[in-house]
Amino acid sequence: MKIKGKLRSYNSQTYLAYALIAPAAIYILLIVAWPVVETIRLSFTNSSLAGEDYVGFENYEKMLSSKKFNKIVTRTFVWMFFSVSLKLFVGLIGAVLLNASLRGRSIFRVLIMPPWVVPIAIGMLGWLWLYNGYFGIIAGVGMRTGILDGPFGFLAYKQSAFISTIIADVWVGTPMVTVFFLAAMQGVPRDLYEAAYCDGASRWDRFYKITLPQITPVIITMSILSAIWTFNSFEIIWILTEGGPRGATTTLIIDTYKQALGNYKFGRGAARAVVVMILLTLFAGFYLALLARINKKISHG
Amino acid sequence: MDKYSFLEKIFIYSCIFVFLTFILLPFVEMFYASLRPLDHLFRSPYQFYSDDLSFWAYREMWNTVPMLGRYIFNSFFLASCVSIITLLFVIPAAYSYARFNFPFKNSSLYILLAINMFSGAVLLIPLYKVLRTFGLLNSYEAMIVPGVAFLIPTSIWLLKSYFEKIPIDLEEAAFVDGASRVQILRHIIAPLSTPGLVVVGIYAFIGAYAQQFLFAITFNQKKEYMPIPSGLYEFIGYQSVKWNEMMAASLVGIAPTITMSIFSNLLKSFSYLCKVSWVIWI
Repeated sequence: MKIKGKLRSYNSQTYLAYALIAPAAIYILLIVAWPVVETIRLSFTNSSLAGEDYVGFENYEKMLSSKKFNKIVTRTFVWMFFSVSLKLFVGLIGAVLLNASLRGRSIFRVLIMPPWVVPIAIGMLGWLWLYNGYFGIIAGVGMRTGILDGPFGFLAYKQSAFISTIIADVWVGTPMVTVFFLAAMQGVPRDLYEAAYCDGASRWDRFYKITLPQITPVIITMSILSAIWTFNSFEIIWILTEGGPRGATTTLIIDTYKQALGNYKFGRGAARAVVVMILLTLFAGFYLALLARINKKISHG
Repeated sequence: MDKYSFLEKIFIYSCIFVFLTFILLPFVEMFYASLRPLDHLFRSPYQFYSDDLSFWAYREMWNTVPMLGRYIFNSFFLASCVSIITLLFVIPAAYSYARFNFPFKNSSLYILLAINMFSGAVLLIPLYKVLRTFGLLNSYEAMIVPGVAFLIPTSIWLLKSYFEKIPIDLEEAAFVDGASRVQILRHIIAPLSTPGLVVVGIYAFIGAYAQQFLFAITFNQKKEYMPIPSGLYEFIGYQSVKWNEMMAASLVGIAPTITMSIFSNLLKSFSYLCKVSWVIWI
């Protein structure tokens, strides 16, 4: 009895629990939560380096009525859609390949890590060189094989710049998707495959009827997570094109950054940041709701 | 189970080859370009072959980018500071989440996950204003302070799952025998959690090293505080870029993270990280 009482006092000291969390919590409140509130407040002002005045909904009215902004929103979602679906597709293929029981697969699994581990900014310096219209290897191969009939600056034209930034983004995001799919595939019970094999299921059947349904939760969570990361992606576009040429790769994040810290129009930038936050909150809510549902399913067997 | 036939094997290997080419091409080309003389690089159409490869660019880059050494030091310094400060905040919080039951425990954990989804880019405006008012722009602090905030949430989750693996019975036994909390922390928790701390430390270092660019170009204009990504980015904007030296410098810049992932048995840590993060995200 005495021991039990003593243990209870060991395990249920709420004040101690809060005290241990407090430093991290206060830090996050200061650096993340407070700026969120401050951004919302700034979005109702015409804040700049000179000072600020309350202007009501003016920033929002101007922003929503401008054609440019609507275009940027559409572009952001198109960019995101292609980038995320390509990441998932390439990642799934990669995971299937690396899941095959062949010699050397542990080395291959290490070799796909670099784009994930290396700072994005430096990876993009490499891509800048690859995309170089005169001397880059992609233009070079194109010219040698006759696909291109002369130098071609991939980042200089609207459409090709749009596609090029998507490819670079896919390159950054694929390793992570692959690794997660691979982990999910290895979690699929082996006996399912053995049973199916005994019943004469072909390799494709086993993939389509066992692997895919078993890893669907992971595919769904990964698609939301990579949608969020792609939506937030800043460095890739900034280094490759800075949002150009003529705004062809300006996504919401890039536009927010340009308005706020390129022109020092904090108010206008803040209004855009609020739009970004609302969209992110929607994504996050969707994601957390899904997590809760999946967790429930797992705990119910 | 059926084995792969010879043809199937060849097919899979060639698919893997194509896949790895996509993943590794930028690095291979960066390395190749760094070895070639500049006038071979500036030939159009692209020359696939150079006969005088050398490491000359790796010597010359220190002259072309005069502050390169400083940039590398800054990158290291910033990432180390950020990861150490992150650990200081995260260790008590993760321990508390792993060991105690208290109101709002689960909801606050989910809020941490949600914070992960906000990138720094959204919050730059107020952060910029605050740093300006306190006169912290153009300093190391300007890049360290926001960096820590965005590493705390994931680190708490990672370390919490590590602490949970240490059996609570050990602590209870020691407690019943009359050990104080501090003694328990020193003689039981600290030694048992060292591997976990190393893993989370590596995670924080790589994360801090990777996220430097945005905060650096926004909050810092001073050359002497620039980390390597933003330092090199400045040179890319110039009229005549010495690409071989830029690529050499970039590779030197990513060497720390690459060596870390090879030598400090990051393979193990990574598979552990993946497993843990898988549990978090599912």
